[in-house]
Amino acid sequence: MTSDPNIEAVRSSSGPLSMRWTQGLSDAEIPLEIHDLTVAYHHKPVLYGVDLAIPPGKLIGVIGPNGAGKSTLIKSIMGLLPTDSGWVRLFGKPNKKNLGRVGYVPQRESVDWDFPVNVMDVVMMGRYGKLGLFRRPGKKDRSIAAACLEKVHMMPFADRQIANLSGGQQQRVFLARALAQESDLYLMDEPFAGVDAATESSIIDLLHTLRKEGKTILVVHHDLPTARNYFDMLILLNMRVVDFGPTKEVFTYEKLQKTYGGRLTILSEVADAVRQTKA
Amino acid sequence: MQVQAGRIGEITEITAWDQALRFFSFKDPALRYALAGAILLGLNCGLLGSFLVVRKLSLVGDTISHAVLPGVAAGFLWNMEKDPLAIFVGATMAGLLGSFMVSRLTATTKLKEDTALGMVLAGFFGLGICLVTMIQRLPTGNKSGIDKFLFGQAASLGGSDIYLMASVAFLTFGLVWIFYKELLTVSFDAGFAHCVKIPVSWFHHGFMLLLAFSVVIALQAVGVVLVSAMLITPAATAYLMTDRLHRMVFFACLAGMLAGAMGAFFSFLGHQLPTGPFMVLSAAALFVFAFFLAPRHGIILRWWARRSRSGRVRRENTLKAVFHALEQDGFRREGVTFMTLSKLRRQTLEETETASQELRQAGFATLPPGEKAVYLTPEGMRRAQTIVRNHRLWELYLTDAANYPPDHVHDDAEEIEHVLGEDLVRQLERQLNFADHDPHGKPIPTPEQMVSLHGQDKSASTGSLGYAKPS
Repeated sequence: MTSDPNIEAVRSSSGPLSMRWTQGLSDAEIPLEIHDLTVAYHHKPVLYGVDLAIPPGKLIGVIGPNGAGKSTLIKSIMGLLPTDSGWVRLFGKPNKKNLGRVGYVPQRESVDWDFPVNVMDVVMMGRYGKLGLFRRPGKKDRSIAAACLEKVHMMPFADRQIANLSGGQQQRVFLARALAQESDLYLMDEPFAGVDAATESSIIDLLHTLRKEGKTILVVHHDLPTARNYFDMLILLNMRVVDFGPTKEVFTYEKLQKTYGGRLTILSEVADAVRQTKA
Repeated sequence: MQVQAGRIGEITEITAWDQALRFFSFKDPALRYALAGAILLGLNCGLLGSFLVVRKLSLVGDTISHAVLPGVAAGFLWNMEKDPLAIFVGATMAGLLGSFMVSRLTATTKLKEDTALGMVLAGFFGLGICLVTMIQRLPTGNKSGIDKFLFGQAASLGGSDIYLMASVAFLTFGLVWIFYKELLTVSFDAGFAHCVKIPVSWFHHGFMLLLAFSVVIALQAVGVVLVSAMLITPAATAYLMTDRLHRMVFFACLAGMLAGAMGAFFSFLGHQLPTGPFMVLSAAALFVFAFFLAPRHGIILRWWARRSRSGRVRRENTLKAVFHALEQDGFRREGVTFMTLSKLRRQTLEETETASQELRQAGFATLPPGEKAVYLTPEGMRRAQTIVRNHRLWELYLTDAANYPPDHVHDDAEEIEHVLGEDLVRQLERQLNFADHDPHGKPIPTPEQMVSLHGQDKSASTGSLGYAKPS
């Protein structure tokens, strides 16, 4: 009898269990369904046999150690990376056919902030999906972009070159751009990284508002203690889906230990987080 | 000997002048072609170079430009003469092959892009030089012109070359115009571009194809070795000038066209000198110009801003000293003598006089002749109060909110008082519950008094100035 946590993980995530939270929903109602997804960089798998089906209208956190494939998961959902096996469906259609319903917040470090654009230019990019190749943004797009900037309290900075913003402000510009996409499923890669406490709580408020509007939000998150409070459901990821379910069920010492393996520093953090849960 | 030397000098002088006149009469058809070609290539390079620079792909331009040389030679060998179309096709294919090899090398090995670029650049260029040398040694055929591809010769451009250049420039301009928003998005954030359904890899390959075209049409005028400078330098110049991409593209085109025209002109002055180096030098000169003069990023404006800031700080410190002197006196007098002021500021009398003159020039004070004293104007009084207010508010903030001991806060406030804006001051006030005295017990002037203070009845003012807040 083996006690390898990875094998346990495969067992718990494979088969019909992965569909546990979307039972009774039609394909078009399921925002995201992943089947047997494997992604490798230079022949080294980063994601291996991932199965996942997430229900609509939920705020879902993706947590796992560094190198667990969290960003890779987000990028593969959008079809940004070549996959070795498996498929991804968005609202019942292959991912590349339904990108119009996805809003994306990439990691802040993924772009050059010295790029010669101002805040409004960046948010306007969110409208390009709806505009298509040849049309230019019109009055309606400008007012939507302005409204999105207003939602993240960045309207006073609309004309500012993006290098002249703080980290939290840059993150909010990315959020506004995703809002301007007017999507149903939002994929956010570490939107809380390098953000001050006030911005973090205003972002969380915004995510709750989105959820109330029926949107589904998938957030890559690396801070365990806050993960417990922020999300309705959690995906525990370490190359495979270790577990996926309501935060209360999933955020347990055993499951987190499985996810984080033998990483001691993180384990102590986990222990703290669990102690907080019990307190 | 002497006579001869004199005559040669005379001749060259006249010729240079004549050449300049000939240039600006635009009568010579070869010259018109050269100039048109130079301007077209400048436009083209500026358009594409901007995207190269913001995408940090400058080295890619360099690599493609070197990689085209074997293609040029192959096009030449095709029918042993300078056939623009054959050379265009050969060179474009070589350039694309080069960029394809770079992308394959980085995708299939762990080599990084700069290494792949360096290898491909050198390899293709070496092959090209071999082929060119071979062609030059061939006993038959019209070899004229192949050597011009190394350093460029705008004067060798013919009518068909110009048509080719114009069509490529037109194509580039049209595509950049139509797909500007897509190019912007792909350049800034390719992942997001994919998410808004922009076909990123199509744009990437299309861009590389255009780039190869542009390099190839620029070859004859600038030469293989220096084409990349025409791509990068005007765009870098424009990058310093503005913070918006569309303006950057515009400035880059302008700089590119200007550099092209200047290069054609200077090489024309010097009788058939290679045009490439002159164009590149002109582009570099424009860059130096922007480096010193560009708004916001330019050295001179930044220096000027620093200078005027230090001037402002100096004036504000003098104003503050005048205010302190008036305050010590309970505002019974309106003027402060140079003597009092110099003691307060620990300056010599001359320094104080100079400082006071600066206040007068800025309209903050009057210096009645023969009185040797400073009188603040209402404007000067308002400014002095603002500064003192900023200083005391900040001291209070440091002691109350940040828990610094009162004797640690003065020096810090000396710096901060000059940079606090209205917004920050308002925030400070709110946080400090609109306190009216600083940690040293001195009253903080409030905006309400600022206007009234100067004109108030002197006999009525008490020792503490009656700083009662209007309720």
